[in-house]
Amino acid sequence: MKQSFPGGIWLPSLKQTTAETPVQPITAPERVVLPLIHASGNAVSAIVKKGESVSMGQKIGHSDGPSTAHVHASLSGTVERIEPWPQVTGLRGLSVIIQSDGMTRRVDSPTGGTSDPIQLSSAAIRATLLESGLLGMGGAGFPTAAKLGGLAKEPAQCLIINGSECEPYLTADERVMQDYPDDVILGIKLLAKASGAERVVLAIEDSKKEAASIMHRHRGSDRIEIVLLPSKYPQGSEKQLVKALTGREVPSNQLPHQIGILVHNVSTAWAAARVVRTGFPPLERIVTVTGPGIKQPGNYLVPIGTQLSDLIDAAGGFAGSPGKVVVGGPMMGIAQADLRAPVTQFVNGVLLLPEEQSSYPEPIACIKCARCVDVCPVFLLPMRLEAYAMNKRWDDAAMFGAEDCIECGCCTYICPSKRHLLHWIRIAKERIATTPDDAD
Amino acid sequence: MEKLKLIIAPFPHIRDSDTTQRIMFTVLAALLPPVIAALYFYGWEAVRVLLLAAASAVVTEAAFQRIRRRPITIFDGSALVTGLLMGLILPANLPSWMVVLGSVVAIVFGKQVFGGLGNNPFNPALVGRAFLTTSFAVPMTTWIRPIDGITAATPLEIGANAVSTYELFFGNIPGSLGETSALAVLIGGIFLFYRGVLDFRMPLGFLATTAVMVTLFGQDPVFHLLAGSVLFAAVYMATDMVTTPVTPSGRWVFGIGAGFILVIIRLWGSLPEGVTYALLLMNGATPLINRWTQRRVFGRGVNTGA
Repeated sequence: MKQSFPGGIWLPSLKQTTAETPVQPITAPERVVLPLIHASGNAVSAIVKKGESVSMGQKIGHSDGPSTAHVHASLSGTVERIEPWPQVTGLRGLSVIIQSDGMTRRVDSPTGGTSDPIQLSSAAIRATLLESGLLGMGGAGFPTAAKLGGLAKEPAQCLIINGSECEPYLTADERVMQDYPDDVILGIKLLAKASGAERVVLAIEDSKKEAASIMHRHRGSDRIEIVLLPSKYPQGSEKQLVKALTGREVPSNQLPHQIGILVHNVSTAWAAARVVRTGFPPLERIVTVTGPGIKQPGNYLVPIGTQLSDLIDAAGGFAGSPGKVVVGGPMMGIAQADLRAPVTQFVNGVLLLPEEQSSYPEPIACIKCARCVDVCPVFLLPMRLEAYAMNKRWDDAAMFGAEDCIECGCCTYICPSKRHLLHWIRIAKERIATTPDDAD
Repeated sequence: MEKLKLIIAPFPHIRDSDTTQRIMFTVLAALLPPVIAALYFYGWEAVRVLLLAAASAVVTEAAFQRIRRRPITIFDGSALVTGLLMGLILPANLPSWMVVLGSVVAIVFGKQVFGGLGNNPFNPALVGRAFLTTSFAVPMTTWIRPIDGITAATPLEIGANAVSTYELFFGNIPGSLGETSALAVLIGGIFLFYRGVLDFRMPLGFLATTAVMVTLFGQDPVFHLLAGSVLFAAVYMATDMVTTPVTPSGRWVFGIGAGFILVIIRLWGSLPEGVTYALLLMNGATPLINRWTQRRVFGRGVNTGA
């Protein structure tokens, strides 16, 4: 019996179309959009003005706290405007829009870079990561330096590098391990050094045999433990991963780093290596563009700030009648309304579904089959939470643990009555979070 | 890029292919072995009872929904399941009008008055049977022998020594239509389990408790499992999703509790068989069982360990 977590589901992989093709760069777009707003909801202040000329790697947004990170220009050109712009989250956020000058003029490397990164001190690595504005590339977009800085105790007990990539369709993390093994391993070593972790684990789903064997060949020493985990969704969910690898349960209102366990995505390790090696902030990332709705599915090296419409064009455009454009995977990704939204550091995939695969099923009565209960990795009663939410019984929803929902979507996926369980649970979570405790 | 009409919907964007309708039709398919056994042993009487019970359940559901101006949902298959189950737990020689009445009560008072599919606290077919048993005690306990149709007592009424285990297993015994052949029921149960529609905890808890308890009181467990409708009910009714607990441990509680009640009724009650009331009582206890057997939410109540 392999180490895993309770609940969850065996999803179809749907990864075949992009898993075999190496990463290819796209042509730099004419314009990039760089949001100043972060996942925490806080924004950084712009330090450039409209009309100003900027170089690649130049800092354009300055962060002054751990909930945000510095923002850098990903191409050289002119600041066209600074205004609210559609984001992949579905909200608008103040953004710097840069018009390309067609050159690749770079700023001098802000920290100089180094030919021997592994000799850097823990403090120097942290300082470089902080200055680079690197965000977690797994999806949540938490600043990497803030995770290191927020460790409850130092050194960290365990550093987990998440190469599980449990969402169907997505292969960006799988490809980064295969196509850039040296940078991935270097990144893991740098993060290990920066955190002082006693144990370093690279967790990979057992379906990614090729990636795992390449990592084995490149890791150098057995300081990095490589663990194969069952390809069960949501294996890549932080708390489920911590449970599977360490047997520890992260308390419900805390994050892993608050109990001394660091979880970083494998693409973040790759980006961290490039940042420390070159001294440049992250200017691009690997994005899986996939699904039956795109002409040339593949993994692309994409400048940060590239608008979705440009990325879709670069991947050959829509195949068939466009239905949904989902940023992220099919389980937790967000369906986009406006393709002017940019690729950010945490956009790991764009999934295009044609119209005929974008239907929204009509729910019928719940028959209490309890499949949602059986698959829930955090042991909730999804059908009950849904009923509470539909009846606006927010207190009951809170009492039954709605806030602990990790939004993996297993319940909605498995429901034979096609009920929109997670949708309602998220509404309840939102209500509970925004209602003061003393309200009736 | 021209203005696109994109479809927006909350995640997840993919769904499992299984549907509630398919679950209902899987149950119907799993009922085929006992239906075939009933037809084999009771011939035209079985055809009459099963057809009447199934058809009147579906017609009643459609009529009730029509009167209430609600969408008619008979094609989800659930009314057909209730009707067929109703027929399978009746004696072969029950008068036709009683069969129809049983189905009407099952659908109206067992299911629709609570809001239809998914909202009924009690198993509708058992509600129908309980109603018929209390209203028409004599016809509901007048059994005929398979094949020759002569009036006879059930094995539970006459005791363990009167019939062979062989006959109990293959079904050549008087009783309700569906309960005669243990073999047919087992085939249906294995099919349900294989299709992922049957949670083994409830039937196993039910049967194991029954066997252990009768053994403790000096009776033959094999006889008690094969005689009467306990096996049929364990496979097709203790596994009814709507009226049983949703938590994994709650499902054990349900099965074990039903076994206890069944043995108490069988050994000391004035009825020879107690499956109907054992399950109905546990159906009633299901909301409480759900509440008491809730699992600890992941990450709750754990030590920070920092």
